[in-house]
Amino acid sequence: MALLEVKGLSINFGGLHAVDDFSIKIEKGELYGLIGPNGAGKTTFFNLITGVYKPTSGTILLDGKDITGKNTIQINKAGIARTFQNIRLFKELSVLDNVKAGLHNRYKYSTAEGIFRLPRFFKTEKAMDEEALRLLKVFDLDDEASVKASNLPYGKQRKLEIARALATKPKLLLLDEPAAGMNPHETAELMETIRFVRDNFDMTILLIEHDMSLVSVVCEKLSVLNFGQLLCEGETSTVLSNPEVITAYLGE
Amino acid sequence: MKTKSKLIKPYTKKSFITYALLIAVFTIVQLILNFGKMSFMMQSLLVPLCVYSILAVSLNLTVGILGELSLGQAGFMCIGAYSGALFSSLMKEAIPEAMVRFPIAILLGGLCAALFGVLIGIPVLRLRGDYLAIVTLAFGEIIKNICASLYLGKDAEGFHLSIKSAADMNMAPDGKMIINGALGLNGTPKDSNFTVAFIILLITVIIAYNFVYSRTGRAVMSIRDNRIAAESVGLNITKYKLITFGLTAFLAGVAGVIYSHNFSTLQASKFDYNMSILILVFVVLGGIGSIRGSVIAAVVLTLIPELLRETIGNYRMLFYAVILIAMMLVTSNSKLKGRITAYTNKLKGLIKKEKKGEIK
Repeated sequence: MALLEVKGLSINFGGLHAVDDFSIKIEKGELYGLIGPNGAGKTTFFNLITGVYKPTSGTILLDGKDITGKNTIQINKAGIARTFQNIRLFKELSVLDNVKAGLHNRYKYSTAEGIFRLPRFFKTEKAMDEEALRLLKVFDLDDEASVKASNLPYGKQRKLEIARALATKPKLLLLDEPAAGMNPHETAELMETIRFVRDNFDMTILLIEHDMSLVSVVCEKLSVLNFGQLLCEGETSTVLSNPEVITAYLGE
Repeated sequence: MKTKSKLIKPYTKKSFITYALLIAVFTIVQLILNFGKMSFMMQSLLVPLCVYSILAVSLNLTVGILGELSLGQAGFMCIGAYSGALFSSLMKEAIPEAMVRFPIAILLGGLCAALFGVLIGIPVLRLRGDYLAIVTLAFGEIIKNICASLYLGKDAEGFHLSIKSAADMNMAPDGKMIINGALGLNGTPKDSNFTVAFIILLITVIIAYNFVYSRTGRAVMSIRDNRIAAESVGLNITKYKLITFGLTAFLAGVAGVIYSHNFSTLQASKFDYNMSILILVFVVLGGIGSIRGSVIAAVVLTLIPELLRETIGNYRMLFYAVILIAMMLVTSNSKLKGRITAYTNKLKGLIKKEKKGEIK
């Protein structure tokens, strides 16, 4: 059974079919790429499967469970975490606290236990610190744990966003243009990180990307969106040599 | 685990400095009191100073930590004041021991205010920014006006309640008036004193710090910094907004109880929007999000007009306004702020140099 199975997904904004009868099937452990020209509906698709928008029609199955129409919080709990095209960190919080916010639903104690500093507060906070530092170490951010998130350099902010998403222990990780604004060196590092995450966290990853050098190296399978519709899908090399895809990207 | 100790430290350090400062000030004030060197006017200010500090700290949780502008603080204070004072005046005979009665009154007042805070918060917290400020201001005024038109009496038959007039209650002529409309509530036992008010202030500050540096506080600040990202990691926005709003209301209610037990008469007209604005001024000038700053601003800005009253009399509000504007400039003007930090750094550097010289 596929981890994510989307069938006939559509959303209309007025007369605009932003995503039109789109289907996708992602197996567990796959590194899947979603590409397409600007305005093709890629981010809209992410917003649909994370519950930011409610689809006009179609179904979304995660691990066999129907999550169509659920809200963002329920979908995160069901096992989808994401990063954003324009970085959205908790700016005033430290790097460590950003990750700990991601751990929020996995390590619990009540507000009263926090206010009165009961034993469970210390125990849970300690466990959270350890888990968060372990995650930060993976992204080579553990030295900056006490730095304010907004003071991190751009590349590290992107990494922190991935770490925060992973902290929720998702089954599926969505990356929205992870390499946007990165220099070639940072992009190369990011590719390593993405592979590392997939292998060491047993993660399934779906990413949107414009950087073809990253897509062709990292992704195993691709789907191409054009004007909200599926243009073609399949193995990366086959898709990238498809004349229709080249036309969509480069024009005739 | 070297990093870990480095991470936890700033929070505990910050809070413990504040606790130490508070206790130091309390000790000094107590010493001055014992030697009888404090003017009567200053003595009468001690409890209100604590009350305003509690209000400022609690409002800072909503304004600074949650990042939402609320102007209903006086309303919640009013609920706490009325419910606490009502309890105390009814239970004066039943529980003659103030040490037992007053804590119950404080808790009851706080809980009533928190209840209203949550009830009002459910519809109101859907709004954001200016709109939230307007609606909370309106709710504060509604609460005040309802309290001002409340009549409650007790006779042989039991309690009589009206929100029209005293005659409307149909109370027997020998009945006892408890709440008399705009004239308010009479005969509240004077249970508040500086020590109790200070202890409650200290507890409030501890609660505020512990709240901010806990799982809940982190969630609340995440929501403040980025709502969409907070939702994407599964944080329940409504729940944490309500918890913060409720805690703010609870502490405001507690402040109200202390306030009402400091005077024998309690009038709802005291809790108008001027009070809410005043508390917001404390929070803003003390530094949004800074708990210690809220206490300092509340104390300084309450003392200044009173001290000016002794020296320049009628012109005091004029000077008070000038001081407020000056404080605003110093705290928010980046140029001035930069210059001040540059000077303080220079000073620090000089001190360090001297110390090094000594070692050599």
